[in-house]
Amino acid sequence: MGTFIIRRLGQMLLTALCLTFIVFFMTNLTPNLEKLAKTQGNFRMSDEAVNSWLSDRGYLAPLPYKFGQWVGVVPGWTNEKTDNDGQTVVTGRCFLAATPVEDRARFCGVLQGFWGYSSVFKTDVDALVAKRLSATGKLMGFVLLLMVPMALIVGILAGMREGSNLDRTLSTFSIASTATPEYVSGVIFIALLASSKFGISPILADWGWIDTKTLFLGSAKKAVEDATFRNFFLPVLTISLYGMGYIARMTRASMAEVMTAQYIRTARLKGVNFRNVVMKHALRNALIAPFTVIMLQVPWLLNGVVIVEYLFAYDGFGRLLVEAARGNDIELLMAISVVSVILVLLTQLISDIGYVFLNPRIRIS
Amino acid sequence: MTTQDYDGPILEIENLSISFFTRLREIPAVMDFSVTVQPGEAVGLVGESGCGKSTVALGVMQDLGKNGSVVGGTIKFKGQDLGQMTMKELRNIRGCEIAMIYQEPMASLNPAMRIGKQLMEVPMIHQDTSETDAHKRALQVVTDVKLPDPERILNSFPHQLSGGQQQRIVIAMALMSEPSLLILDEPTTALDVTVEAAVVELVKDLGKKYGTSMLFISHNLGLVLETCDRICVMYSGEAVETGRIEDVFDKMQHPYTQALFRSIPLPGADKNSRPLVAIPGNFPLPHERPKGCNFGPRCDYFEESRCNSSKAIPMSHVEHGDRHESRCLKFAEIDWDAPLIAAEKKEKGAIGEVVLKIDNLKKHYEVAANAIFGGGNKKVVKANETLSFEARESETLAIVGESGCGKSTFAKVLMGLETATDGEILLDNKAVQNTAIEDRDTKTVADVQMVFQNPFDTLNPSMTIGRQIIRALEIFKVGNSEAERRTRMLELLDLVKLPREFADRMPRQLSGGQKQRVGIARAFAGDARIVVADEPVSALDVSVQAAVTDLLMDIQREHKTTLLFISHDLSIVRYLSDRVMVMYLGHVVEIGTTDQVFSPPYHPYTEALLSAVPIADTSVIKKHIVLEGDIPSAMNPPPGCPFQTRCGWKSKVSGGLCDTKMPPVREIADGHQVKCHLSDEELAGMEAVIKIAAE
Repeated sequence: MGTFIIRRLGQMLLTALCLTFIVFFMTNLTPNLEKLAKTQGNFRMSDEAVNSWLSDRGYLAPLPYKFGQWVGVVPGWTNEKTDNDGQTVVTGRCFLAATPVEDRARFCGVLQGFWGYSSVFKTDVDALVAKRLSATGKLMGFVLLLMVPMALIVGILAGMREGSNLDRTLSTFSIASTATPEYVSGVIFIALLASSKFGISPILADWGWIDTKTLFLGSAKKAVEDATFRNFFLPVLTISLYGMGYIARMTRASMAEVMTAQYIRTARLKGVNFRNVVMKHALRNALIAPFTVIMLQVPWLLNGVVIVEYLFAYDGFGRLLVEAARGNDIELLMAISVVSVILVLLTQLISDIGYVFLNPRIRIS
Repeated sequence: MTTQDYDGPILEIENLSISFFTRLREIPAVMDFSVTVQPGEAVGLVGESGCGKSTVALGVMQDLGKNGSVVGGTIKFKGQDLGQMTMKELRNIRGCEIAMIYQEPMASLNPAMRIGKQLMEVPMIHQDTSETDAHKRALQVVTDVKLPDPERILNSFPHQLSGGQQQRIVIAMALMSEPSLLILDEPTTALDVTVEAAVVELVKDLGKKYGTSMLFISHNLGLVLETCDRICVMYSGEAVETGRIEDVFDKMQHPYTQALFRSIPLPGADKNSRPLVAIPGNFPLPHERPKGCNFGPRCDYFEESRCNSSKAIPMSHVEHGDRHESRCLKFAEIDWDAPLIAAEKKEKGAIGEVVLKIDNLKKHYEVAANAIFGGGNKKVVKANETLSFEARESETLAIVGESGCGKSTFAKVLMGLETATDGEILLDNKAVQNTAIEDRDTKTVADVQMVFQNPFDTLNPSMTIGRQIIRALEIFKVGNSEAERRTRMLELLDLVKLPREFADRMPRQLSGGQKQRVGIARAFAGDARIVVADEPVSALDVSVQAAVTDLLMDIQREHKTTLLFISHDLSIVRYLSDRVMVMYLGHVVEIGTTDQVFSPPYHPYTEALLSAVPIADTSVIKKHIVLEGDIPSAMNPPPGCPFQTRCGWKSKVSGGLCDTKMPPVREIADGHQVKCHLSDEELAGMEAVIKIAAE
């Protein structure tokens, strides 16, 4: 088990390294750098001005060299310049001009714990990512809390009597929910439940059933600080529904298969009643396959997060990604990709380990 | 329930008919079936696959699934009609009054639940016992089924036990609440012979101890003879003959029963002088049954317009015997004692030169101790240890042993699917042990071919039969043009006695026996000189087995093929082989001519194997030897003699030699070698295991 986890962690590091290099390469393409210079400096800069702006900030060094600086294995760039007063000012990647000479670090990269500075948000990347990640973590936590039990219940109810009316109804519902992307379901929910002019909110308000204008809030901006059912339920539901259908289908297939297994017949012919056949004999075996799917679903749901956070104006990781990409915020994008890789591979690791615990046949005997 | 004071028959099935309903049609699976099981009685239900015997069992359990239903007749358990019961009443009977033992123990145990919990569930449901009492009961029953270390067993998961142990658990589960009726559905088919013998003995003992009635479903007549009091022979959904074991075995009154007995190799049958008689034709599909008598088209006594009139044939009483019945219109007219008109005697092929010589062959595998997480220590599986023997032209050498003895590994090394660790395989004096099949020349590949165990999986389902044989011809570089190969393919179909039209059929349109014939045709496509037949008939029904074995023998006589016949079925080995090699844990423990191996002196393992094989002949008296325990793992073989952990003769060897020293190979007669420490006197004093009682 130990070697397995170490191997997985090594794999994780390697993947992170490769992916970040690709992101680094893309964000450091000349047109992207030019755009960065113009947005950060002045939109009417001449080509020479752009060049000197970039070279002053170490952007024109060779790509592997720059990447090494970001990782922290190559010394950060320094730049000497004579200012208008005739004094030499030394600037560098790792220090400001005001930093005393003896405090100036030679290396400053991820290895040293320095994640860089966001050019869009004008703040340190690590603090920013941590804050946004925790906001998205909250969202995802609620999503899982709603989605997983719902999906498993739907899947198991549908799968325990294959071909019954209950199965048909729940299966149709699952397919419909997976077939509706978040940007469709999100808009429908907002229109139906969170508009003061349309849907059921004005009716409910007329009847005096709700004392606010709308049943739910269309914006989840405040939910980052103070999440309530009213401002947080719609984004959570939108993401959950999309993922739920898929997991429910998987659970149903697995459950239906288990229900035809011989050991279920054994249990039935032992005189176990249907309820206990399902709960005691079928359930655990049926959950082995969907467990992997649920874990795989987590990184996949991050897609949905990007859309939903934008739709409901929730300041989370997904929104951060969109804004960083728009502003070609190199160091922020790099940090985001590292986090994503870790997130994906971590869920894989959990899924593999969890699988071992669910399935006694794989456990070391 | 007040069932204790009931003293009528335990189970009465009367004129039962069960059908399965598909979208296309109603498929009758069981028709007009009647059987009665008295208290303490064991009734055997025998027939080929598809004859409806398992359907009867599920019918008794009232668990026919969504498509199946009882369309006629009644099933009464202790006088109560099971068909009229509510689900709740049925649940009270299932597992408590009627328990079932299944064919595949691994599949019938819940893989994610500890054994103990699965056992304890039974009394907790039916007798409302507390958990501690249920645990006590489970412990006692596990001890009853003779499993070692019951506490540990109760705490393990099914996959941690061997097949034999799993089957004992299934039996224990059935006995948890002391049922009045036990239904055994092919309980030993998936097990090795020695394990089978132990399980059968256990079932018999427990049946006596608890006074349980049994319904024993099997395709193996020998097994039924050993376990049951009465027998019911089924054919194509109907009971064709029923009666006491002795009556049916010795005074059979139905042509199908007779044909069945003539097609199984009993002691005395011989491939040359007294060949088996296969039942002609095929088993009718449920929706293609003939008019009148179902067995009519395959019956020797068939009479036009009498046996195939559209009237259903009723069961009729036979004069002698106890409740002996037969479903035949002509049973009173047939002379049942008429001797079998001997089929043509066949000349035995002369045994020629040595074509294959194995010298000190070793095959070891290295496996990681922990497959999922990798790493860890490597373990060595010693699949083959010092194999040495020769095989000659047109000789049949049988390789016998239980699963895990290394017989399939040897086949793989010979075929070139694996390379040897050490030693030599000389094919026409050419060493091939280190040449993998990709590196062998076409001639060598075509010379050594294999017939596989399961004909259902070894044919490509999306290619016609003809195409598959032509493909083999292409690979063996036979024929220069497509037309030539096609002609050759048709000749091959003739060789295996399949109609030429079959060339354009798909595998799914063929029956099991026909598929196996295609497999044989494919093996002989390149004029193979050595054919390894790995359990070629064990997946087939008895009536088909005889035909396929005869075919193999005919081809051998014609082509002077060396046949390496891998099998665990000693009856068939005795019938067709010239020499026999017995393997245990990768070692050859005994080798000699068939007569030498099947008569004393034996190696102790051979003796046990012979004793374990059920023989469907009432006149045979067997010495009773039951091996304790399971085969040790090849990863961790015992020191000294590999068989010492289960050997019944170990005490006869002085000085604890068996524990410490590998026995040497000794030649006790010309060409008869035994790997054993027993002294010559002990070996000479051995009694024959199988004796034919004087009439």
